[in-house]
Amino acid sequence: MTMKNLYNVSKDGYYGDFGGAFIPEMLYANIDHLQKVYLEISQESNFVAEFEALLKDYVGRPSPLYRSVKLSEKYGAEIYLKREDLNHTGAHKINNTIGQILLARRIGKKRIIAETGAGQHGVATATVCALMDLECIIYMGEVDIARQAPNVARMRMLGAEVRPATSGSRTLKDATNEAIRDWINNAESTHYIIGSAIGPHPYPDMVTRFQSVISQEIKAQLFEKTGDEFPDYVVACVGGGSNAAGAFYHFLDHSDTKLILAEAAGEGIDSGRSAATSILGSQGIIHGCKTLLMQTNDGQIIEPHSVSAGLDYPGIGPMHAHLINSGRAKVYPATDEEAIQAMLYLSREEGIIPALETAHALAILEKMSFQKSDVVVLCLSGRGDKDLNTIMKYLN
Amino acid sequence: MNIRNTIDQKGKEILNVYCTAGYPHLDSTVTVLKSLSEEGVDLIELGMPYSDPLADGETIQKSSQVALQNGLTLNILFEQVKEARQHTQVPIIAMGYYNQMLQYGVEKFLSKAHQSGIQGMIIPDLPMDIYEKKYANLFQEYNMEISFLITPLTSDERIKQADRLSSAFIYVVSQTSITGKKGEIQLHQKEYFERIAQMNLHSPRLIGFGIHDKTTYNTACKYSHGAIIGSAFIRALSEGDMEASISNFITSIR
Ligand SMILES: Cc1ncc(COP(=O)(O)O)c(C=O)c1O
Repeated sequence: MTMKNLYNVSKDGYYGDFGGAFIPEMLYANIDHLQKVYLEISQESNFVAEFEALLKDYVGRPSPLYRSVKLSEKYGAEIYLKREDLNHTGAHKINNTIGQILLARRIGKKRIIAETGAGQHGVATATVCALMDLECIIYMGEVDIARQAPNVARMRMLGAEVRPATSGSRTLKDATNEAIRDWINNAESTHYIIGSAIGPHPYPDMVTRFQSVISQEIKAQLFEKTGDEFPDYVVACVGGGSNAAGAFYHFLDHSDTKLILAEAAGEGIDSGRSAATSILGSQGIIHGCKTLLMQTNDGQIIEPHSVSAGLDYPGIGPMHAHLINSGRAKVYPATDEEAIQAMLYLSREEGIIPALETAHALAILEKMSFQKSDVVVLCLSGRGDKDLNTIMKYLN
Repeated sequence: MNIRNTIDQKGKEILNVYCTAGYPHLDSTVTVLKSLSEEGVDLIELGMPYSDPLADGETIQKSSQVALQNGLTLNILFEQVKEARQHTQVPIIAMGYYNQMLQYGVEKFLSKAHQSGIQGMIIPDLPMDIYEKKYANLFQEYNMEISFLITPLTSDERIKQADRLSSAFIYVVSQTSITGKKGEIQLHQKEYFERIAQMNLHSPRLIGFGIHDKTTYNTACKYSHGAIIGSAFIRALSEGDMEASISNFITSIR
């Protein structure tokens, strides 16, 4: 039996029952074209060379793999942090935007749009657009514009136009709706850089591949440090799932490495204010793919809640839905409160201020049990400067 | 009479008006369906309000949101259509998103829709291939017609597929955009309508998106079997004297 393709995308864009492309006809030509060219373009040697050079010299990769003494002691395991927070712009998001902007140029698109929740993907998109001289429009929910103000200022400074999404809960889902509508209106001129492992095929796979540099580096760095390239656990937070997908990618077919996702429980799973998609969700269609999402019996999408804008999303990437349903990945929820405590802990004990999204991954370490020899790699997906307002409010 | 026969029989100047079920008030559906029918529209496209209508502009988004806040569900919608059917036989084609059908259960959905008196479906995010493989037989079993969308970017091959699979009519999207655009019909749009008209398709064609007044309606009719008016009608719908606003609007078009 070949292990390949148990968890990777199929030729027609599915992960088990999940995935596919469910889009209005107005976007068919764009999606069809991307499906046809994304692999060929992104594997072409010039592309690879340009992508790798930018990751190295512009983003600052490889990002360090740092053994946290305090966390290792606290949880009784060997705990390593994959420092995506040290990338240029402060999160893993830029790995994907570099890849997609190179692709956008090769398919001749002059105008770039993106959605953003925490603002990290918006900043990463605005950054590569500045670098490549492309027009950039970022859709962001009104609620997120308020709670992630520093990132809004950064996007504007980088020359992007930030357009508020004013419908629904005015968060990430609604920003994504607006971006898709913009794309329908500007299908010929525009490339949509989706920021997570969501959306119609080929986006989940494309984003995963551009993010897979994370697990590629983890393997090499772990080998150098421990003599073994495979950890016992990889832990990542999941909004749509891009940092988790990147951190998992090269371990998918290695069943000894357990894959752990942290999702946002908001004010509690049963509080009615949660974004714990894997627990509260069921199979359905959101933003062009079949996946797990929070919805009513009538198929209306339920507005989620999380203190962290990047996890405040009612769906999850189709790859993750498949990993969860097949038992390959396990999910633990973390509440707003637990995440904030974990954020404060890492700040005070390690001198690293993580993003509120990332803090959910840190928080679930409390809920897991380890053996002393376990090697745990946690994807420290981003830094927390953007969340200082939220935290200061909380502390007062 | 079903949708296809209705269009074929008249052959031209079909006026298909879109309204959102449960808007502006939960119980407006029956009144709106009745009034539209009394005003002589040929078809009605009944929106099944959805929380995240990706292909829709602000007007239809808002009307959907209001309808959902009013408490509209699919079960209520089916009851309302059933009630309206005591007053009107104008063919009704429902418009919604694939997730609504999936969650309700596709067969149950088609069966209930059929029993209530809905004759067709427009599901813009249901891919043609999936429809053909999984659902075409079910649609037939429940006498449910379907319309697929084509746009200026749709390839000839896909237009032919839409022609083959559309049992109601081909929905010719006038431009690559979401619903609700105003403005005149441009030359390149007319060229596109002309190109489609020259293809000798089997299915009748109705032009929609951006048809908002007499001029755009007449232009659309010149190049096709008729037109669909959505956002403009929703905008014209008055909460006060609803019947009068409907009558005035239809008079302004024809
Ligand atoms: C730092 C950080 N981590 C995680 C996420 C969640 O996204 P994803 O699940 O795609 O990694 C975000 C999204 O905004 C983020 O900014």
